[in-house]
Order: sequence, then structure tokens, then C-alpha cells
Amino acid sequence: MERIPVLKMGRYLLVTVQVDMHDRLALALQDDLMEQIRRHRARGVLLDISALDLVDSFIGRTIGNIAGMARVLGASTVVTGMRPAVAITLVELGLSWKGVRTALTVERGMELLQKMVGEEEGGGGAPPA
Amino acid sequence: MAQNAYSPLAALLSRHEQTLLDDWVRLQLAGAGRRDDPTVEREVREQSRRFLGALQRALASGSDDIRTDAWGDARAVLTEMSGRRARQGYTPSETATFVFSLKQPLFERLRADAKDPAALTEAVWAASTLLDRLGLFTTEVFQRDRESVIQRQQQEMLELSTPVVRLWDGVLALPLIGTLDSARTQVVMESLLQQVVDTGAGIAIIDITGVPTVDTLVAQHLLKTVAAARLMGADCIISGIRPQIAQTIVHLGVELGDVATKATLADAFAMALRRLGLTVARSAG
Repeated sequence: MERIPVLKMGRYLLVTVQVDMHDRLALALQDDLMEQIRRHRARGVLLDISALDLVDSFIGRTIGNIAGMARVLGASTVVTGMRPAVAITLVELGLSWKGVRTALTVERGMELLQKMVGEEEGGGGAPPA
Repeated sequence: MAQNAYSPLAALLSRHEQTLLDDWVRLQLAGAGRRDDPTVEREVREQSRRFLGALQRALASGSDDIRTDAWGDARAVLTEMSGRRARQGYTPSETATFVFSLKQPLFERLRADAKDPAALTEAVWAASTLLDRLGLFTTEVFQRDRESVIQRQQQEMLELSTPVVRLWDGVLALPLIGTLDSARTQVVMESLLQQVVDTGAGIAIIDITGVPTVDTLVAQHLLKTVAAARLMGADCIISGIRPQIAQTIVHLGVELGDVATKATLADAFAMALRRLGLTVARSAG
């Protein structure tokens, strides 16, 4: 079964969705990501959905849930690269993803994530070497 | 039965094609009052000639239903003619007269050729109903063409009225003018979000100085746009809120949530610059 890879970068986990999400894949990603956050004691998750051009209510809710669950496990989540059509669909579906931070590009998302994690720890946001 | 009713007509058309054409064109030009213009005459003659040809071919097929394939040619000629006239600004009656004016020369021919009154009545009736249907078809096509022109203009107006302006590196402005309805909000939202992607702007200012009234629906549309932009990672500031509109918003109990609002575009721009960490300073001297 195909999986969406979760890459570890220091204290951050990087997920880029490159295929069309379907329900099973989204749930597999959710399980996988939570497991990895716990194992690596990750402090931040960057979820890039710039290749995603179709969402339904289930996928939308699942991505929102992933961010919420990561929060519970102590990791901040930033969703990046959402396409206009996807944003419009989510708004029309009434999903506002309260508490999920977003950024236009992966680069800005990473900056934001480092700032968020840095603020939480009360120190500099740069990941340790 | 149908074939019998139309066969005298078909025979007559092929026998007298040239005289019919001449009479018909003369009649059309006289009615239109544009006899002097040689280009109009040429065009009318060409259209009439093609229509008579197509009509003959269609009648030869024996089918009396103008929606069938046999009538495809005749329909194409009429569609082209009415489309051209719709663009040239003819009235619907002028366009429909193209077909209806064929009745007079046709009936005259039928009468001249007729041998017994019963057959004449039948032939006239058949020709009359046929031309009526063709005339109505022409009017319908004409109407459809005009409607498509109107629709295109509406679409163009919609696009014209929603420009997205780049104020600064990373700051977009969307001056809204006119009433916001669902269709317009959709266009506004799409063009704003597309610009956010294209320019990579992190802040978008929606200026509603030109929006005459804000009711709950308009407010909801605005909030949707803001929410969509936020999902993509861009912040929105709503500016240009006039005092009356501020009162209306509060009276209606519209919850703007944590959306930043400013009275003027200048204030919003200043706020955007501050968020980007930029300052505007007077040059020394």
C-alpha cells in the first residue's frame, strides 16, 4: 500500500503530499505521523499540500485533526502551499481549522515553525545541529 | 402525406428559383429601406440565394420536421444570418422578416401556377406553416445570440470591477466597488487568492470604500474571503469602513472575529508595513 513519507529534519517532521489523498491514505498518514512524533519527540510538523488540488470534507477534517493531535503531543503544525481552489472549498465546507497555522511557501512555513517552537521554549528557534 | 403537401412547393422552387430570388430580394430591400447601400444588397442577395438552395435540398428530402438532419443546411444559413444581424444591431422583427418576406413572392408563384383551388389552399397552408416555423427558429437563434452578448458583457464587467493591486512587496490591495453578491464574491475571492499565489504576498488589504451597503450577507462573503486567504497563509485587513457601515455592522450583530479592520486604506497600509517590519521615514533636509 502506498504511503506518504514522513521525513525527519532535526526536531521537525516534514510531510509533503505529492499524490491525490484518499481516505485510507489520510488515515494512514495520521497514524504514521503521530507515531513518528512520539518516537522522535518532534517539536514541529510542516505539512506541505501544494500538490493537493482536490479535497473533500473528510480529507479537510483529517488534516485539521492531524494538526490538533500533533498539538496534543506537543508539536506545532504549519500547513503550507494550499491552493486557492482548495482554500475556497474548505471555506465553503465550513472548515476553518481553528488553531492551525498556515504559510504560503515551505520556506516561510519553516520560518514560522521555528519561531513558534522558539517562542514555546523561550529561547532561539534554530534547531540544534 | 407530408411529402405530398411539400412536393408542389419543391417543384415550384426549382422551376422559378431565379425569379423568386429576384422578387424576394427586392421585397426585403424595399422593406428595410436600405436599398441604396450596395454592400447590404449584396449580402441580402447572397443570404437569400443560399437559403433558397438549402430550402430546396431540405424539401427534396421529404422531411417536414425542421429539427432533423435534412434541414441542417437551412438551419445553418439561418443561424449565421441571424448571428450576423444580432451583431449588426438589427431588431428581432427585421431579422425574422428575412424568412417571412419570402411568403409574398412564393404565394404569388403558387397562385400563378395553381390549377384547382383545393390544391392551392393546401400548398399555401403547407408553405405558410413551414415558413412560420423557420421564422420562429430564426427569432430564437437571434435571441440566443443577443443573450450570449449580454452574458459576455456581464462577465467582462465582473472582471473589470475586481482589480487586485500590488501596493508593496508582499502587500496586495483589493479595492471593491459596487454591491457584493455571491457571484461577485466568488470572482473576487478567486482573483485575490490567485494573486496571493502569484506574488507570494503575505498581507492582503480588502478596501470596501466603494461598497454602498454592508448587510449580513456581504459581511459573510467578506469573512469567507478572509478565511480562505488565511488558510493559504495570507493575512487580510479590511479597510474603508465608513461610520454608517460600522454602525450597521454592530447593529446587525455581525461578528468579525479577529479580522483586523481599519477606517482607511492608509491606516491599513501602515499596519501592513508595521507587520512586515518596515517604517516610513521623512528624508532628512
